[in-house]
Amino acid sequence: MNLSAKQKRSLWQDHFGITIAAGQYGVALAGNPNVGKSTIFNALTGLHQHTGNWPGKTVDNAQGGFQYQQKSFLMVDLPGTYSLLAHTVEEQIARDFLCFASPDVTVVVLDATCLERNLNLALQVFEITPNVIVCLNLMDEAQKKRLKIDVQSLERELGVPVVATAARQGEGLIELQEKILQVASGALPTNPRQILYSPEVEKAVEHLLPMVGSIANNTLSPRWLALRLLDGDRSFLDSLSSFLGVNSCWEGARCAQ
Amino acid sequence: MKGAERIDALADLSPGSVCQIVSLELSGLLRRRILDLGIVPGTLIRCIRRGPSGDPTAYLVRETLIALRSEDAAQISVRTLLNGEECI
Repeated sequence: MNLSAKQKRSLWQDHFGITIAAGQYGVALAGNPNVGKSTIFNALTGLHQHTGNWPGKTVDNAQGGFQYQQKSFLMVDLPGTYSLLAHTVEEQIARDFLCFASPDVTVVVLDATCLERNLNLALQVFEITPNVIVCLNLMDEAQKKRLKIDVQSLERELGVPVVATAARQGEGLIELQEKILQVASGALPTNPRQILYSPEVEKAVEHLLPMVGSIANNTLSPRWLALRLLDGDRSFLDSLSSFLGVNSCWEGARCAQ
Repeated sequence: MKGAERIDALADLSPGSVCQIVSLELSGLLRRRILDLGIVPGTLIRCIRRGPSGDPTAYLVRETLIALRSEDAAQISVRTLLNGEECI
């Protein structure tokens, strides 16, 4: 995340068609489909929205601004996905934005009534960026289903701030904004839980890390990059070439497997 | 899982029955996709109903209804549960 503010602005403009003002914090909003992501987005940004398409894709893109404590934020509503391992255009867009745009904060919205399914995406986002806030939405629905969620324990287990909201009722949104500000400004450090894979995979990752470090160039998590190389994820390698201008390096890394 | 019995393909399940995933014989992107949808070894899955021509079939997985083609479901091995009715 060592991009200068100016580099970042031009990257957002050129690759994602998003204009971010100087001094404005960039906030990405990720989540499974139908978790109320757009309700949160609308509640926070109100009428200050721009809608369009992601460059070159027939996928809707919505961005909106909001102010909190005299700070300005630009929120980008990512397409709803179950995963970031890119089988669909939506997943590819969400992944590329998180990996290469390095937003200051990523809010992962989860359906509180169906955490088991939703946490998969949160764990994937944790591998890409440390600056994550988990937003447990649809708490009103969870209450109707008589589900009790121990938010503090969840926070401890995940290592990131967890905010419970019921966006339709407007509940929890102030706290969400507060946490966004704290994480964006660095006042609230996060330490997201990382998945440990089998010893073979971990060994291979360790082997790749020194080699991918230079490709990752401080803008990308080297561990995520190493894992995708081991996956042989073609679509990620294509994105890598177009964003970082890396062409042949990964061939070498691949041989190292 | 005391009611465990033989290993079957998911596609052979009849509507209403419940089973537990044993392994996925799928590979590549489809495998990844199925895993992302929460169908992993150990998951309980209930067959809900078949499409008009017998394909695809709707399954209830972790409180979400998911339709799978029978050619794909044939490559997922499951263990049928005798006491499955109480599991989901």
